[in-house]
Amino acid sequence: MADQETIQQVEELKKYKYGFETEIETEKAPKGLNEDIIRFISARKNEPEWMLEWRLEAYRLWKQMEEPHHWANVEYEPIDYQDLYYYAAPKQQKKPKSLDEIDPRILETYEKLGIPLKEQMVLAGVEGAPKVAVDAVFDSVSVATTFREELEKAGVIFCPISEAIQKYPDLVRKYLGSVVPQGDNFFAALNSAVFTDGSFVYVPKGVRCPMELSTYFRINEKKTGQFERTLIIVDEGGYVSYLEGCTAPMRDEHQLHAAVVELIAEKDAEIKYSTVQNWYPGDEEGRGGVYNFVTKRADCRGDNSKVSWTQVETGSAITWKYPSCLLRGDNSVGEFYSIAISNNAQQVDSGTKMVHLGRNTKSRIISKGISAGKSQNTYRGLVSVHRKAHGARNFTQCDSLLIGEKCGAHTVPYIQAKTPHAKVEHEATTSKIAEDQLFYLRARGIPEEEAVALIVNGFVREVIQKLPMEFMAETQKLIGISLEGSVG
Amino acid sequence: MLLEVKDLRAVVRPEEDEGEAKEIIKGLSLSLDRGEVHAIMGPNGSGKSTLSHVLAGKPGYEVTSGEALFDGEDLLGLEPEERAAKGLFLAMQYPVEIPGVPYMQFLKVALNSQRKLRGEDELSTPDFMRLVREKAQALGISMDMLKRPVNVGFSGGEKKRMEVLQMAVLEPKLCVLDEIDSGLDIDALKVVADGVNALRGPERGFLVITHYQRLLNYIEPDHVHIMANGRIIRSGGPELAHELEREGYAAFVEDAA
Ligand SMILES: Nc1ncnc2c1ncn2[C@@H]1O[C@H](COP(=O)(O)OP(=O)(O)OP(=O)(O)O)[C@@H](O)[C@H]1O
Ligand SMILES: [Mg+2]
Repeated sequence: MADQETIQQVEELKKYKYGFETEIETEKAPKGLNEDIIRFISARKNEPEWMLEWRLEAYRLWKQMEEPHHWANVEYEPIDYQDLYYYAAPKQQKKPKSLDEIDPRILETYEKLGIPLKEQMVLAGVEGAPKVAVDAVFDSVSVATTFREELEKAGVIFCPISEAIQKYPDLVRKYLGSVVPQGDNFFAALNSAVFTDGSFVYVPKGVRCPMELSTYFRINEKKTGQFERTLIIVDEGGYVSYLEGCTAPMRDEHQLHAAVVELIAEKDAEIKYSTVQNWYPGDEEGRGGVYNFVTKRADCRGDNSKVSWTQVETGSAITWKYPSCLLRGDNSVGEFYSIAISNNAQQVDSGTKMVHLGRNTKSRIISKGISAGKSQNTYRGLVSVHRKAHGARNFTQCDSLLIGEKCGAHTVPYIQAKTPHAKVEHEATTSKIAEDQLFYLRARGIPEEEAVALIVNGFVREVIQKLPMEFMAETQKLIGISLEGSVG
Repeated sequence: MLLEVKDLRAVVRPEEDEGEAKEIIKGLSLSLDRGEVHAIMGPNGSGKSTLSHVLAGKPGYEVTSGEALFDGEDLLGLEPEERAAKGLFLAMQYPVEIPGVPYMQFLKVALNSQRKLRGEDELSTPDFMRLVREKAQALGISMDMLKRPVNVGFSGGEKKRMEVLQMAVLEPKLCVLDEIDSGLDIDALKVVADGVNALRGPERGFLVITHYQRLLNYIEPDHVHIMANGRIIRSGGPELAHELEREGYAAFVEDAA
C-alpha cells in the first residue's frame, strides 16, 4: 500500500507541474554573443544611439570579466555563452491595443500557470476584482499591460522598459545603472549588454501608487537566456508595492537567467518588492533546471526612505541572488525577508547585503531556509556599517530547517562595522522536523506530505505574513508542491 | 466489537539500528465495545502509552505477533492518518508543539484531511468556524487561544483541554485518552471530564489511561484493567479502581507473578 503510493508519488514528481510549452512562432537572433548581436537587439527595439552605446560598453566590460565560480556554494557545468540565443520575440503584426488582441494561447499559458484568480478576474474584467496591474512578460517582450490608464491618472508610469527608453529617455538615462553599474559583476554586465525587456516604474513625488503592480516572468523558448531589466524609481514621499512571480516549462538544457533589478527610493519614499520564484528546478538529479543569477539592489538615496525585499525562492536548479540595500539617506530602513526552499539536487546560495552609510539607518534580515532531498542551501549575508553611520542598527535572524539526512544548510554571515556607534545582532538556528511533530499531525488524519508542508508553513510564517495578501495562499500551496517527495 | 486486541506483542527498536529490540507489550488482549468506557491503570513504565502508540501507528515500534481489529478491520496495516480517518483518536500524554501553525488552521486541516480520506466533502470555512466556536465555548476555550500556534507556550492543563477540543471537533469512534488528567487543576479536571462525558454515546468507545481514581469519579468506566509489565494482569468493574487505590499495585503485581 505505502509502496504503491511511493511509486505513484515518484511518477508524479517526474512531471513538473508547469512543464508545458506554448507553441508560438518566435523570431530569434542567431545564436551567440558579439557586438553585432547587441546591435541587432538594439535595432529590434528601435533604441536610441545612447542606449546602444551603453550596451556595448557593458559588453566590453563583460568580455574582460570572469564568471564568479569560486565563492558561492554552488556547482555547475560551465555555461557556453556562445551556444545561447539572446533574443526571441513572439511574432506579432503590431502592438496590441487591448487584451482581446492577445494570442489566446498566451493567455491560456498564464491560466495553466495558475496566474491567480484575481489576475484572471482582472483579465476577465470581473466587477469588484482587486486592483492588480499586470505587465505580463512573455519571453522577452511585454505583451499586455492592464490598468495603465488608471495608473497614468495617478501619474504613475508602469511600462515595459523598452517603451520607457523611447518615451522617458531622461528618466531612464538618469537612473539606469545608477544602482547596479554595467560592470558591477559578471552577470550584471551580461544583462546590461543584452537585456531585452523588463519593467519600468516611476512614482512621482507624494504619490501612493493606487494598486499593487505585478509582473509575471516566464521563460518559454528553448535555449533563450532571459535577461530582464527592471527599474523602479519612487520619488520623494511616494510609495509602491511591486510583485514579481514566475514559473517555467520543462526543459532539457539548462536555461540561464540573469536579471538585474534596480530600485531607487528618494527622500521619504517607500518600496515593497515581493518575489515568488518558481522556475523549473530540474529533475531529481538537477538536470534541465534554470540557472538563476540575479542582481537586485536598492538605493535608499533619500533620508527616511525605506525598502523591503520579500522573496520566496522555491524553483531553479541554481539560485544565486542577494537582494541588497544601500542605506545612504539618514534614518533610511532596509528589510529583507526570505524563504528559500531547496529539494532534490537544487542549490541555493542567497542572502542579502545591507550597507549602512547614513546615520541612524536600520536594517532587518529574516531568512528562513528549508533544505530537503540532497539539496544545498546557503544563506550568505553581509552587514556593513560605514564610519559615518552613527546609530546604525541591524538585526539578523537566520533559521534553517532540514528535512531528511542528505541535505545541507549553511549560514555565512559577514559583519563589518567601522564605527563603534552601531549595534549589529545576529541569531541563527538549525532544526529538523521532529518525528513527534509528524506523528502528532498524522495521528490527527493529516497525511505525511501535508504534515510536512504544514510544519514548514509554520516555520516560515513570519515571512509569509510580509507578502501582499494575494500572494499568501498561493505561496503556502507552492511550498507544499515544492516539498513533494521530500519524505517517506 | 469496536476494538479487539488479541495477544499483542510489540517491540521498540533502538534509535541507531544497533542493540537489542526491547519487548514492551508482551501478549496483551482487550475487547472494547461501542458505548463502553474502559480504564487502564498501571505502574509507570508498564507500557500504557506504548499500547496507545502502537494502536495509533506511531513509527518506531514493531508488532511481532498478535492482532488489533478496529471495527472488525485490521488496524495494524494502516498508516496513522488512515486510522485517524477511520475514527481512532489518541489524546496524547505529551501533546506536541507546532510553531507557527495557528491552532485553528491545524484543526481545519485535520478535519478536512480526515473527511477527504473518507471520501466526504470538505467543510466550508463558515461551517467550520461555527463548529469550532460552539465546541470551544463548551470547554471554556477562548478564540484567542485558537489563534496561537499549536501548543506553543500552552500550560500543561491548557494542552489537555485542547486535546479534548480536537476530539469534540473530529468526533472519533474510539477515543484513547492517555493521562488526560495529568497537569489539570480540580476545576479543569471537571471541565475536561464534562467534555469527555458530553461525547459519550452508544456509538462511541473510550479507553482511558490514568493513574488516579479521581478521574474515574467523573468519567465512570464500565471496565477497569490493570496493566503491568506489558500485559493486562487483572480486569474487573469500577470497584477494581477503588481496590487499587487502597492497596497499591504491589499486591496485584505479586499476585500475577
Ligand atoms: N522509544 C523507546 N526506546 C526505549 N524504550 C522505550 C521507548 N518507548 C518506550 N520505552 C520503554 O517502554 C516502557 C513502557 O513505556 P510507556 O511510556 O509505555 O509506559 P507507561 O505505562 O505509559 O508509563 P507512565 O505511566 O509513566 O506514562 C518504559 O520502560 C519505557 O522506557
Ligand atoms: Mg504513559
